[in-house]
Amino acid sequence: MTERERKQKPAPKKRDEVVEELPPQSESGEKIKEELDEILDEIDNVLEENAEDFVRNYVQKGGE
Amino acid sequence: MALPKVCGIETEYGIVLRGADPNPVLASSVLINAYVDDRRVGWDFEDESPGRDARGYAGDDAMAPEVETHLVNAVLTNGARYYVDHAHPELSTPECSDPLQCTLYDKAGERILARSMEAAPRLLEAGQSVVVYKNNSDGKGNSYGTHENYLLDRELPFGELVRHLLPWFVTRQVFTGAGKVGSEHGAEPVEFQLSQRADFFEEEVGLETTLKRPLVNTRDEPHADAQRYRRLHVIVGDANLCEVATFLKVGTTALVLCMIEDGFIDKDYSLRMPVAAVRQVSHDPTLRRTIEMADGSTMTALDLQWEFFRLAEKYADESGFDPVGGDHIGGMVLSRWEEALTALETDPKAMEGRIDWVTKLALLEAFADRNGGWDDPKIALMDLQYHDVRPERSLYERLVRAGRVERLLDDAAVTAAMDHPPETTRAYFRGNCLSRWPEAVVAANWDSVILDTGGDPLQRIPMMEPLRGTKAHVDALFKECTTPAELVAKLVSPQ
Repeated sequence: MTERERKQKPAPKKRDEVVEELPPQSESGEKIKEELDEILDEIDNVLEENAEDFVRNYVQKGGE
Repeated sequence: MALPKVCGIETEYGIVLRGADPNPVLASSVLINAYVDDRRVGWDFEDESPGRDARGYAGDDAMAPEVETHLVNAVLTNGARYYVDHAHPELSTPECSDPLQCTLYDKAGERILARSMEAAPRLLEAGQSVVVYKNNSDGKGNSYGTHENYLLDRELPFGELVRHLLPWFVTRQVFTGAGKVGSEHGAEPVEFQLSQRADFFEEEVGLETTLKRPLVNTRDEPHADAQRYRRLHVIVGDANLCEVATFLKVGTTALVLCMIEDGFIDKDYSLRMPVAAVRQVSHDPTLRRTIEMADGSTMTALDLQWEFFRLAEKYADESGFDPVGGDHIGGMVLSRWEEALTALETDPKAMEGRIDWVTKLALLEAFADRNGGWDDPKIALMDLQYHDVRPERSLYERLVRAGRVERLLDDAAVTAAMDHPPETTRAYFRGNCLSRWPEAVVAANWDSVILDTGGDPLQRIPMMEPLRGTKAHVDALFKECTTPAELVAKLVSPQ
């Protein structure tokens, strides 16, 4: 449970515009996609059969 | 000086009985009975009053939730409560003294549910099984909760708490959200949103938890000395799988509560429309849209989070981290928080394996790219199975095994926490009474244990202080006593 040293952080920029352009697909995003390939290759072994029915039948009573 | 932020998490799990007609109450009972088996000890309801309102009154239209005493209700040797709540199995962690310990017991709770599922077929007919999901919605307008609890000073005016907590709860979703495909409960359509729960909130403040859900819940049931303490019952959180997310959720909220208690937040971050804002933030995975402040200015959720972060940094410099578990844990909260905000601002994907909504979204997007796009029915199934508690069916667990999830906890510690209580709260006393003398513990609840010592009457041992009854307090006592009668005798007249 080691934790690295805390670093000084530059002050964040304030934003005024309502909406900015979406950030371009990040490098880590592309890399993650490639790395997830292995899991996705086997995804059907993990997923329940008949996805549509299974999701439709998942009905819960409200709780709390 | 802020009170120590004793904390805990209650999780209602989604539940399915396979191979039979739907019967969630039966399925939940089977699940818990199978786990607890003959070690079950009943819960004592004497001090339960969930209808009491922290504002000092109950509104005319407020419906106090009912306590269902006839349903299965057990106390575990780790100090947790495991019971049927409405139509769901619910596990409340024992009282924890810091956010990392709370993360540990939350994860141990998942393992208890997984173990329960393995045991359940013993009590079912052939071909039947019970499956549980650690999520908060069925995607069809039905939600079930994950509630956090924090110890607060009774002196703190409730209005002060509400004022600061509303913007806090609206904006912390950026790292607490567990992610959800689509929207429900009348919310405008979206492909994906940060939170499982945001669509369900309709009020700013209130007593209910099942309808007209409020962002700040006023249930006033301290389970401790009511003259001194309040228990803040937080109902806006999601159930998290990522350990970093749970740690951040509890750690940052504990720090913010310390600041509120100490009157440290000198600015007013009130939002113009908090209920609308909670959905707006949840519905914007770009994290770029602004929300309107009460004074007419606008900020993004991340801007507001940075404001809270900078205050917390300053607060810690001046007051230290004692109430949140000391320098190591407190420093870890701040550094993790800063790391999360920095990444979310520049490259959210960098939080894959640490924040649930990011982790889930990365997997779904990768799938959609390779397959039938976002309309593939498997997208919704993956959303559900991310939360499947069976290790072989859980997509979250797949990611863990692939080394894509950052762990904060040691697996051996998680396993130990399934049976052993925290050593630093009164849960230690409760858990040890149960493991030592299971036959003698007639009932237990958060603030008392009732023992049958062989004579009349039953002995009720009050535990009104959450931080008394720790290992340091009672270990010597336990070592001296071989029977519950001896324990009671020593407690009544020490020496």
